Amino acid sequence: MSETFHIVVCGGIVPDPLQTLEPVAGANGPALKNEMLLPHVLDPWAGHALYEAAHLAKARAGSKLWLVSLAPKAKLQQVMMTVAQRVPLELVAVDGASGGFTDSFDVAAALAGAIEAIPGLDRTRLLLFGGWESASRAAGATLQMVGERLGITEQFQGVDELTVSDDGSLRILERVEGGQHQVSVCSGPPAVLGWATGNLPEPANSPQIGMQNMRAIMPALQKAKAAQVTAGCTFASVALPKQQRETRVVKDAPVEDIAREIVDWIIAE
Amino acid sequence: MSETILFLAHTEVDGSLSRVALEALAASISLNGLLVAGLIGADVQAAANGIGGCGARRFLGVAGEGFAASCYGADAAAVEALVRAAQATIVIAPQTSRFARCLAGVAQRLGGRIDTHVTNVASGPKVTRWYYRQRMEAVVERVQRPWFLLVESGTAPVWEGAPGAASLELIPVEVSPRTRVAGRQAPKAEQQTIRPDAKLLFVAGAGWTKKQADGAAHIDDAARLILGFLSATGASLGSSKSLVDLSGEGQAVLPFLSHMNQVGQTGSTPRHPKGLSTCCHGEEPHVVGWRFIRERRAVNLDANCGWSRGKADVLYVADAFAVIERVNAMLAERGVH
Repeated sequence: MSETFHIVVCGGIVPDPLQTLEPVAGANGPALKNEMLLPHVLDPWAGHALYEAAHLAKARAGSKLWLVSLAPKAKLQQVMMTVAQRVPLELVAVDGASGGFTDSFDVAAALAGAIEAIPGLDRTRLLLFGGWESASRAAGATLQMVGERLGITEQFQGVDELTVSDDGSLRILERVEGGQHQVSVCSGPPAVLGWATGNLPEPANSPQIGMQNMRAIMPALQKAKAAQVTAGCTFASVALPKQQRETRVVKDAPVEDIAREIVDWIIAE
Repeated sequence: MSETILFLAHTEVDGSLSRVALEALAASISLNGLLVAGLIGADVQAAANGIGGCGARRFLGVAGEGFAASCYGADAAAVEALVRAAQATIVIAPQTSRFARCLAGVAQRLGGRIDTHVTNVASGPKVTRWYYRQRMEAVVERVQRPWFLLVESGTAPVWEGAPGAASLELIPVEVSPRTRVAGRQAPKAEQQTIRPDAKLLFVAGAGWTKKQADGAAHIDDAARLILGFLSATGASLGSSKSLVDLSGEGQAVLPFLSHMNQVGQTGSTPRHPKGLSTCCHGEEPHVVGWRFIRERRAVNLDANCGWSRGKADVLYVADAFAVIERVNAMLAERGVH
């Protein structure tokens, strides 16, 4: 149990999944209607990565955990009020657009630059965590690119489980087709792990952890460097899917009739 | 300028190409560029012969035991070598877990760009893909090359051309990754999971674990009904996030559900011909999980359920416990199992 890690979690912020989203034409390409007014949350899969990272750091005394996030400072501050209460972390903030219509290439460059500038980061012990996809661009590209920029060629995506063996090797379960997991054994860090949901529930709020975190988070937000991220492509169109269906509502019908109709539908070719 | 299109595929365990790979091949051919085929696997000659009549100018391969299974270090090196050898400007590959885990890294390595979850490839080229987890659809063009495209399954016709003897050029690639693939771990035989090949997706919502009309929750009844339905129909089992997350809140849960069953915003977006949702009450997050379900029906007690109205073809306003009990009985009477 002597192996300690320097864990960097890349996590963006996204509109709360319960919000209705509508695309609009912005000055620099597509954007979301009222984007800055929408309540935001930590990207859900990045959240799972953060909780797994905190769990690992706690189990391995001497390990360190950073959260690197690229987002408009004001929105990031709002989100951190909640996230900071979950797990002990050190925030590295980068000030820039966080929407889904930016290009993963630019975002990766900004994140990799921020990670390289972390004081005291031991890259031989680095585990780079993040969500395997975001809930915004949803491409599953950024984390791989950050890893490449940092020269890490041991990468895993769709991770649901990480076990550190006594010899320091990493046993990793990645999601593959058919509801299965691929089992891989990596000799040790540095490695990139893009998390799916993992196995841990969301930690309960801890005001003590929140107060401890916020002391460093506010200065980190003030120090955040600006990053230029672009769309990187030309959008010919962005639209909501036109999938409005004419729903037939069956009310006050006997259960027998409903069940028969469902069975007929199921067995029909 | 004419594009050089590299159709990229990896072989399956039996040395063949998957259906989604043949769909990606059809998408590659549709661009009318200079087509090159690039194959990765333990042995790729049979796969090359299988698509021998596709019209590719060259058949390139990276082969060996080190390329039999998905491993980032080996796959990234193989893809990089193939793209360089083909001098490709466009790379089209199937959206498999294997390529999803390495192509973005290779795009970075080669100074290219990537779009994933592509649902249409048109001349230009222009590609269609989703943003915000299947909530918006965009058509994009890029000037940077090489441009990598991962094409989703079921979005292009399967290439059905003639096989033929392919003159395969093997590209030597030396790799020594620090990772060893130790195999695959399948869910236990009795475990219910997302089954991609099932004709029906059954989605269980959080309502199954809530208090019913008698003021009590009936977890055991819910489990019996759901498992009975799955046993009879062979349906794939999905669940809403709220139902999966109840376990983290210390509430009673259906013991056979895990995050692997989750559909929607942080789950999968499965593709089945039919979907039956029960006791689901969310709105947009559930719609995300249903985006690619063709025929959709729902059973719940709320006639005004926002996600059902306008999203499902039929909404049965009824008690799912009673309905599924009768459905199971009727399936048994009709000998469906």
